[in-house]
Amino acid sequence: MPRAVRSRLPVLQKAPTGISGFDDITGGGVPRGRPTLVCGSAGCGKSLFALEFLIRGATQFGENGVVMTFEETAEDIRKNVASLGFDVDQLIADKKLVIDFVKVDRNEIEENGEYDLEGLFIRLAHAIQTVGAKRVVLDTIETLFSGLSNQAILRSELRRLFGWLKEREMTTIITGERGDGQLTRQGLEEYVSDCVVLLDHRVVGQISTRRLRVVKYRGSTHGTNEYPFLIDEEGISVLPITSSGLDYEVSPERVTSGVEGVDQMLGGPGYYRGSTVLLTGTAGTGKSSMAAQLARSTCARGERCLYFSFEESPAQILRNMKSIGIDLAPFVRKNLLRFHTTRPTVHGLEMHLVRMHKLIAEFKPTVVMVDPISNMRAAGTLDESTNMLVRLVDFLRKSNILGFLISLSAQGKAIESTDEGLSSMVDTWLLLRDVESNGERNRLLYILKSRGMAHSNQVREFLITPGGIRLVDAYLGEAGVLTGSARLAQEAREAREAQLAAEEVERKRLALDHRRKSTEAQIEALRAAYHAELEEFERIAAGETERRQEAERIRQAMARSRRITGTPALNGRK
Amino acid sequence: MPNRKPHTDSTAEFEALLKSADRTRHYVLRLYVTGTTVRSSKAIANVRALCEEHLQGRYDLKVIDIYQQPDDAQQQQIIAAPTLIKSEPLPPRRLIGDLSDPGKVLIGLDLDRPDTKWVEM
Repeated sequence: MPRAVRSRLPVLQKAPTGISGFDDITGGGVPRGRPTLVCGSAGCGKSLFALEFLIRGATQFGENGVVMTFEETAEDIRKNVASLGFDVDQLIADKKLVIDFVKVDRNEIEENGEYDLEGLFIRLAHAIQTVGAKRVVLDTIETLFSGLSNQAILRSELRRLFGWLKEREMTTIITGERGDGQLTRQGLEEYVSDCVVLLDHRVVGQISTRRLRVVKYRGSTHGTNEYPFLIDEEGISVLPITSSGLDYEVSPERVTSGVEGVDQMLGGPGYYRGSTVLLTGTAGTGKSSMAAQLARSTCARGERCLYFSFEESPAQILRNMKSIGIDLAPFVRKNLLRFHTTRPTVHGLEMHLVRMHKLIAEFKPTVVMVDPISNMRAAGTLDESTNMLVRLVDFLRKSNILGFLISLSAQGKAIESTDEGLSSMVDTWLLLRDVESNGERNRLLYILKSRGMAHSNQVREFLITPGGIRLVDAYLGEAGVLTGSARLAQEAREAREAQLAAEEVERKRLALDHRRKSTEAQIEALRAAYHAELEEFERIAAGETERRQEAERIRQAMARSRRITGTPALNGRK
Repeated sequence: MPNRKPHTDSTAEFEALLKSADRTRHYVLRLYVTGTTVRSSKAIANVRALCEEHLQGRYDLKVIDIYQQPDDAQQQQIIAAPTLIKSEPLPPRRLIGDLSDPGKVLIGLDLDRPDTKWVEM
């Protein structure tokens, strides 16, 4: 029975705002036909939020709108949203939008006796009727409190106004300035009890981040976290990035690492598509070069690669990589490779994440590189940067994008650990290090781990040549791994030893040949002796037979001479 | 126009000029009401009585029902009802409410200055 009742109960209808991400965290938008309060301090973007809701309503959802503005004139609004690519004039001309600027000037107004705010109601009703509006924005209605002194009338009229809007089923956004100890200065949250959204613009460590939180949403579940949001040329984007779970698809497909030797070490084909690769190394071990190789091989397949650089400018990267024979410029021209370079301290970490999300969603790469992740610390604490990277990795996996994270490890620290504590997050971990011996520094690479593939346990030396990265075998000597010229010496020694060994074998082979020949001669001699004996034997055996036949012949002759006849000799014997 | 006097007492001359201007200035008043509510009727009655008493023959009062003329409400920036707007003489003034306090209305319309007050100054 409860089930049946539930199915008949009216479900809370929602009106999509069209603001990217917001509809996700609220499960569809703001409550339809009801007022929503958007509050925040000055400059937090609440007016923009309200206007975007209205304009997207008119342009995307076929719901016309009315904005009653108390602070900015229609001209101000037109200019403000023009920078976001919205043509308000056209919307007004098409009868999709009405802007009514309500001027409240205390100096001009004198109160005398009883009054009500019917003037506002009439204007609103008129505007709604003009365009058949479904959405209303009241941007910042609290201004009335500064223009009119009779609080009792104002409050009861506001209550009436919100009731009136509800009655007409207007999806309304009311903006309010943040007050001390309460959400809005005039306590508007008292009247608007369906949905309250709080916008915030916080500066931590000189870095500002905008955040949004759904404080309240009556009759609906909603994300309760603070979500960072971004205002850019496409309006507001909210990113519900903390909602990421672990239920993503994985791909068995492998893609090349861009370096033949590394592919071999990984057991053949390379990295898994959509996996996360961490490349750590001390300064100057060739981390960026490895990334560039991967970028080249990705783009050569016709796939897209997005390179976030927090250290070098695109021009710098292109120039440096060209010097080792990796020409990335054609891929940039073909829009297969895109660089995004910013200083880590330009935004907060959240903002970086938001931007990365946006760019990734826009560019749709199959490989994303972050060079280096260790710099993200500059924009927040270690914990925060770890948290942010985990979420980035989550997002990349979910989108089946190969994440290639580069981390600079500090000299003298345990090399098998990352500051960011990411080691358990990544699928493949390549370690680059340099060893100093015999007055030179050489680069080594090894695979610390690689989930789900048979990978080499070898430490390999690699060279950065004008033709790119080339892996060579590293030699283990008495004093450890031999690299560089020590390796070359070892190689020469081994070559010499190999030659000596070959000569020895040849010598042995000749000796054996001689032995074989002498053995064969002996066998021949023995065989000859044997044949001689055999002949002798046969001769003796033949003589014996003859002798027996002669004896018989003699016996028969003797019997004949004794006249024993007629009967055979044998019968006579019986 | 006032008579020209010698330049000896320019202040007095200025005051006299103001005084006479006050008495002769033409008033343009618009009263915006909402239909025939008690408050509207009260406001209309109060304004009419006041005009007859103080501005006889030199005022132009129009009563506008914003239910009928919603465009006017927008153009004239009407928020509250009733609203009385004095557009002439300058400066413009708006009074909101049923105008139940005639003294305050006079102040609001700059009609509160008895002639003596200026002379005393």
